[in-house]
Amino acid sequence: MIGSALAILAKDLRIETRTREGLTSIVVLGVLLVLVFSVAHDPTPSEAPRLAPAVIWVTFTFTGLLAIQRSFVVEREQDCLAALLVGPLDPAALYVGKLLGNVILLAAMQAMVLPLTALLLHVELAGALPGLIVVLLLGNLGFAALATLFGAVAVRVRAREVLLPVLLLPLLVPVLVGGVKATAAVLAGEGLAGATQAIGMLGAFDVIFTTAGVLLFEQVVRD
Amino acid sequence: MAAPVVVARGLRREYAGVPVLVAVDLEVAAGDCVVLLGSNGAGKTTLLRVLATLLRPSGGALQLFGHDAARRPAAVRAQLGWVGHETGCYPDLTGRENLRFHARLHAVDDARIAECLAWSGLDGAADRPLRTYSRGMAQRLALARALLPRPGLLLLDEPFTGLDADASARLVGLLATVRAEGTAIVMSTHDPARVDELSPRTATLARGRLREGRA
Repeated sequence: MIGSALAILAKDLRIETRTREGLTSIVVLGVLLVLVFSVAHDPTPSEAPRLAPAVIWVTFTFTGLLAIQRSFVVEREQDCLAALLVGPLDPAALYVGKLLGNVILLAAMQAMVLPLTALLLHVELAGALPGLIVVLLLGNLGFAALATLFGAVAVRVRAREVLLPVLLLPLLVPVLVGGVKATAAVLAGEGLAGATQAIGMLGAFDVIFTTAGVLLFEQVVRD
Repeated sequence: MAAPVVVARGLRREYAGVPVLVAVDLEVAAGDCVVLLGSNGAGKTTLLRVLATLLRPSGGALQLFGHDAARRPAAVRAQLGWVGHETGCYPDLTGRENLRFHARLHAVDDARIAECLAWSGLDGAADRPLRTYSRGMAQRLALARALLPRPGLLLLDEPFTGLDADASARLVGLLATVRAEGTAIVMSTHDPARVDELSPRTATLARGRLREGRA
């Protein structure tokens, strides 16, 4: 299963590096959202850092939805998903490969958008960065675990652009709440120790929905 | 004597309560070539997708390679080759990259990739992205992809759509070599004259039932 998952991941990364369609669109959207938030609120330098957790996670959510939809459109084009399913591929491997690809794509987006957020909202990243990376990766994995599962559901229907957010966003509330709280604690200088409950929530969400994705993906992608 | 490749008895398939396949019986032996005929909406694609295990039948029994397809899907999928309306290949990858990706999933070695590229006449274009291929070349790549693992059953849904006479003739020639190696072929088409060279069995789907011969 690991070999097949890595083959799916390598294929997705090769297509992405060749076309740059996914990364370009989510980075443009991410930069735009950060700019709009910072201009719309026009916070004073002392207020601005308090806005940062909400800006980071709202930006992440919108760009993430776009990224997940694109990752399955690649499989729908030319009916590639059917070609994968008529074969020995374990659907769990397809899920894991897609999940890893989405995590990497979203991490790349975060790596570009975070410095911009810090610049515009006067956030001091230097001391908080290690803790922030842990929080963002945990949130990234939880988001991608659930979104990859629902992305496979949504890609089969005509109204997928509407269906994915409707299905996904209510279930993502624990990730978003945990992510915002943990980010706020880390940026306030409390470190990960100041956000143990939120980190625990993110970790539990990651484990539950990654396991659910591995177990349920076959039911989702097959008729 | 080897078990038939396909044994379908009373296969049914419904979509939201609407029957598409009512009671389909079909038996296909190794090396057989069966052409499915029928008007649009007769259920040819549905039957092929059921045989490919992409759709679950609503009723009836399906055995592939002697295995119950519902109970041992993994055992039968490893022996299936599928070419649908689309190529099943990624337009932004080259022909070789597409085959290499599927070869990795099927644990097929690089020598087989080279063999399939040469056999399909694509070795000269193997390092070009699929999106630069003509329809005929793309269809040959799809066939090469499906044949990588040397399947015992090749399922083709309207493989001649969009092909000119030369490309069709070339495809028929390739299918003849596949059949000669013992692979069973089941395909749908609106133009059975194109496959006369294969001397296939024909079967017609009408009102969800399959009858041997042309309507």
